[in-house]
Amino acid sequence: MNFDQSASALQEIVLTLVVIAVAVAALEGFLYLVLVRWIKARLAVPLMLIAPAFVGLLLLIAYPLLWELNVSFTNMSLRRFCAPDFPTAGLLTECKGESMFVGAENYIKVFTTPVLQQAGFFQVLWQTVLWTVLNVTMHVAGGLGLALLLHRQMRGKGIYRALIVLPWAVPQIVALAVWRTELHGEFGMVNQLLDMVGVTGPSWLTDPTWNFAAMVLVNVWLGIPFMMVILLGGLQSIPGDLYEAAEIDGASSRQSFRHITLPMIAPVLTPAIILGVVWTFNNFNVPFVLNQNELETSDTLVTGLFRAAFQYNRYGFAGAYAFAIFAVLLLFVIFYVRRSGALKSANE
Amino acid sequence: MTSGTGIPIPVAAAGGASRAPSKAAGGRRDSFQKRLLIHGVLIIASLMAAFPIVRVLSIALRPSNALLERDFRLIPENATLDSFGHVINGTSLPQWLFNSLIITVGTSLVGLVFAATSAYAFSRYKFPGRGIGLTALLATQLIPATMLLVPIFILAVQLDLTGTYRGLVIAYSVTSVPFSIWILKGYYDTVPIELEEAARIDGASQLGAFWRILLPLSAPALAIVFLFNFLAAWNEFVLARVLIGSSTELFTWPLGILRFQAQFQTQWGDLAAASILVSIPIVALFLYSSKWLISGVTLGGVKG
Repeated sequence: MNFDQSASALQEIVLTLVVIAVAVAALEGFLYLVLVRWIKARLAVPLMLIAPAFVGLLLLIAYPLLWELNVSFTNMSLRRFCAPDFPTAGLLTECKGESMFVGAENYIKVFTTPVLQQAGFFQVLWQTVLWTVLNVTMHVAGGLGLALLLHRQMRGKGIYRALIVLPWAVPQIVALAVWRTELHGEFGMVNQLLDMVGVTGPSWLTDPTWNFAAMVLVNVWLGIPFMMVILLGGLQSIPGDLYEAAEIDGASSRQSFRHITLPMIAPVLTPAIILGVVWTFNNFNVPFVLNQNELETSDTLVTGLFRAAFQYNRYGFAGAYAFAIFAVLLLFVIFYVRRSGALKSANE
Repeated sequence: MTSGTGIPIPVAAAGGASRAPSKAAGGRRDSFQKRLLIHGVLIIASLMAAFPIVRVLSIALRPSNALLERDFRLIPENATLDSFGHVINGTSLPQWLFNSLIITVGTSLVGLVFAATSAYAFSRYKFPGRGIGLTALLATQLIPATMLLVPIFILAVQLDLTGTYRGLVIAYSVTSVPFSIWILKGYYDTVPIELEEAARIDGASQLGAFWRILLPLSAPALAIVFLFNFLAAWNEFVLARVLIGSSTELFTWPLGILRFQAQFQTQWGDLAAASILVSIPIVALFLYSSKWLISGVTLGGVKG
């Protein structure tokens, strides 16, 4: 470990944290003067409490999003790289005296031309939907199955639980880097094991179909433990008397599963599925690391976005692409909120 | 923003782990064959979950001339700790871990402060925009992190924040705040407000009651949120890749690990040894905390 490097890293980080602290103090002082001294607002305290997080999120999420919207109407690229004059950002329409405003062109291109070099938006969208549905289905099926098996008094329960949770506990990047290596056609564990039972393993890293299959398998391996733990928690909250009552009434185990277990874990299962869908849809690490940005056929929407932005450096196009993805997500959420009336608790 | 990338959220049933039913969930005692079958399935599942991880350990123990051999023994022939020695002394891994550690601890603390105060306002005050604010916080969790990369990258270039930690520190301080606010607000809501009112009667100010009564009572939730922020920043990778760039000395450990797993020639020994070293503290922390941590998800994250 290099001492100078460590010292300068430490210095830079501490300095940044001090700057954040000073900025927060300045913000609070300003708010104090305005809200408490000047307009004597009744709600001064909550506003001052929220202000730092609010400003932080504004800077990190809202401002970049607005700005991305602006970029999506330009033809910004690595060659035409102009950012607005920060912070007085007006609309960015020209760069070095040259107009870069292209109207809705990027949005038309997103849907009509191959997004990258081979795959069009709808193909990638289809891949992403397939990826999401396959993963979430298997996460729920596997997680629910294991949770049901573990939800009983038995020997070795703690050991099983600890071992099965391991894929979730290991840092994801580590797991992915290792899986990428283990999927190597010749030296990887997967094909060596297949070879031992007399099957010639496919080339997981270069064959489009098998690469996609490998992504799904690895993500299922990664995601089952989370679902299992959540559902196990849900199962444990079901009072045992319900089952006893059902048994006295002569219910079969299938009937008590259908009419007691499922309805009782629904409050846990439903949000877990929704979260699972959004997380899987947005999952960047798994496709990115397993595919190393090589095969476009393995792209999901978010890795396609990364490719457009940071491999082909088409920032304007990438901005439009990002909003197309956002629209897809928004449609899903609106559909879900309509169906279930979720988010009610937010307004309690 | 990054909470969607599969970060381990500490989850355990609220006090449920200790009261397993005395019989199977169906209410009947299992027959011998059924128990045999259940154990069989669980053993296979445990093997599938743990074997790839155990195998990495066995590869890390191999001598460098046997890295690519087909060998599924747990302790390989001529087992050696050379790979660990090389990773510690011959690579920048210690530097990367140090970089990650200071960034992560610093930003987690800042995020915790931001979230703890905002959550208090959301829990104890009624103000216009409160419901919208909470919904908006939840909505930020939908935005793919990748979507924000383009504008953040361009702004960082403009503000000269690339190739340094400054942009990264600011970003990490804020990314986990929305989720943290939800968890903490959910927890504050369960603490009776009468306790604070009693303190007010005894002469404490509103903020004094928050500081002296509510915060100490919320220690478990604050610990969860800190851990959550910590793991999110510790495992973050894309933003670091975009903002830090290519100078290896500045890398956080995920960038370094992926460097070992290079595109054409994986340094298998380095990768395996580094993976083990990086994972042990995280796995230990995770297994330890999952015993007592109450679910972040059920505590308010997605109460709807």
